Amino acid sequence: MTELVGLIVAKYNFWLYIILMMIGLYAMIAKNNLMKKLVGMNIFQTAIILFYVSIGYKHGATLPIIQGDHGGHGTHGAVIHAAEYINPLPHVLMLTAIVVSVATFGVAMALCVRVYRRYQTLEEDELRIRLSEK
Amino acid sequence: MLWPIDLIVLTFVIFCAVAAITVKDLLGTAILFSAYSFLMCLLWAVMGAVDVAFTEASVGAGVSTVFLVAAVFRTSRRTKD
Amino acid sequence: MKFLGFVIVCLTGGLLLYGTMDLPDWGDPASPASTHLSDYYIEHILEETRVPNLVTAVLADYRGYDTMFETAVVFCAGLACFLLLRDFRPKKDRYFRHIPTGVMLHVKNPEIRIIPGNEFEHMDREWVPSDRIIKTVCRILIPFIQIYALYVVAHGDFSPGGGFQGGVIFGSSLILMAISYNLKTLMKRVTEKFLSIFAATGVLIYVGLGVLAMIMGGRFLDYGMLAPLVPWDPGHIRALGMLGVEIGVGIAVMAVMVIIYVNIVSEGRHDEGL
Repeated sequence: MTELVGLIVAKYNFWLYIILMMIGLYAMIAKNNLMKKLVGMNIFQTAIILFYVSIGYKHGATLPIIQGDHGGHGTHGAVIHAAEYINPLPHVLMLTAIVVSVATFGVAMALCVRVYRRYQTLEEDELRIRLSEK
Repeated sequence: MLWPIDLIVLTFVIFCAVAAITVKDLLGTAILFSAYSFLMCLLWAVMGAVDVAFTEASVGAGVSTVFLVAAVFRTSRRTKD
Repeated sequence: MKFLGFVIVCLTGGLLLYGTMDLPDWGDPASPASTHLSDYYIEHILEETRVPNLVTAVLADYRGYDTMFETAVVFCAGLACFLLLRDFRPKKDRYFRHIPTGVMLHVKNPEIRIIPGNEFEHMDREWVPSDRIIKTVCRILIPFIQIYALYVVAHGDFSPGGGFQGGVIFGSSLILMAISYNLKTLMKRVTEKFLSIFAATGVLIYVGLGVLAMIMGGRFLDYGMLAPLVPWDPGHIRALGMLGVEIGVGIAVMAVMVIIYVNIVSEGRHDEGL
């Protein structure tokens, strides 16, 4: 029993991230509207970013900004222990991923506007009918 | 970090995600997606990823919502599902 | 399709849930992700670069090459939006308001030329009476948002923030101007030419700093080689190089955000919008 509780405490975050990821995937597959699909894609993306960032988290560690010595005149005797600070590497990778995601989101929106201007609809089934009429 | 905060915010995030893809109005989707992004930013701030949280607060909850609203303005609010 | 999608999602989710059994526990300090490379970063960044914010240091210095191409991707997104949507044909229907009387004119003949000035005012098709409260509040607010954006860029070394965030905040201040007044007001102050030049200049500053380091005898993006250029403070040269790079990123991101917004909201005509 205690083993099960330990497993849940250690892993429940990952399970919820996977549920979130699957919500995004379902929206991408099953939704009919192109904008809904894009929102689903963004949810999927954010869930993966959340997973990445959570990998870098350490219990009992602080923010990845070195404390004290604010002018940055080298480390005068103060030894920095890696266990005291959260892993900064996943944050770096994901920070750029967020900005690129908004740029691609903008391009996707531009494509949506373009599709609407030509076919007067964003629904997938109606688009298929319009395309077969041509 | 405090695990109740983490769990409560995560639950809200999942509710927002489900609501954003089920609501039958694209403007509603835009606003719910903005709320989703903001809660996500809160989660990252709790996790200690301050830079990522800052980026998400300005990018996800700000500019990407504006893009979505602008695209809805130029297309239609209607959606079947 | 809905049922099939649900089945696929359930299968994938089940597989991923099974996969989490092999992951290290959540928040474990001894997990493989936090034991090899990140330890080096945390312990050596302050003496090597003198930047307390580890994320900025890794972003702009250790992984500078990566960030350079991310900036290029953002630039390409702006370019793609421009190429997809920009429409140079002028609209046939135009709307004007005669300011002294408040009468609205709908001009259908493209030959008739009305110059907006003291007498006539250009109007949008879906025009709403401009609200004095919104205009005044936004006019007061926008300079503060812009100063905050500059602060975020400048203090990226010491506190959360940096080029990406500052650029996005600056861009959203310009978008706020377009929303609270109208799109024409923004495009009069910040022209399309200005935005395109800024977007390219941001990437150029980034690449230029890298090439400058090469000219000074170092490797690409090796800011330590720029020390002879700032003889009064050679110790902080890496922090200064990062600041330059962040400024480049901020300029590019700011311009691209405004370009994407303007093109989407006006369908590429740049005349009227939200």
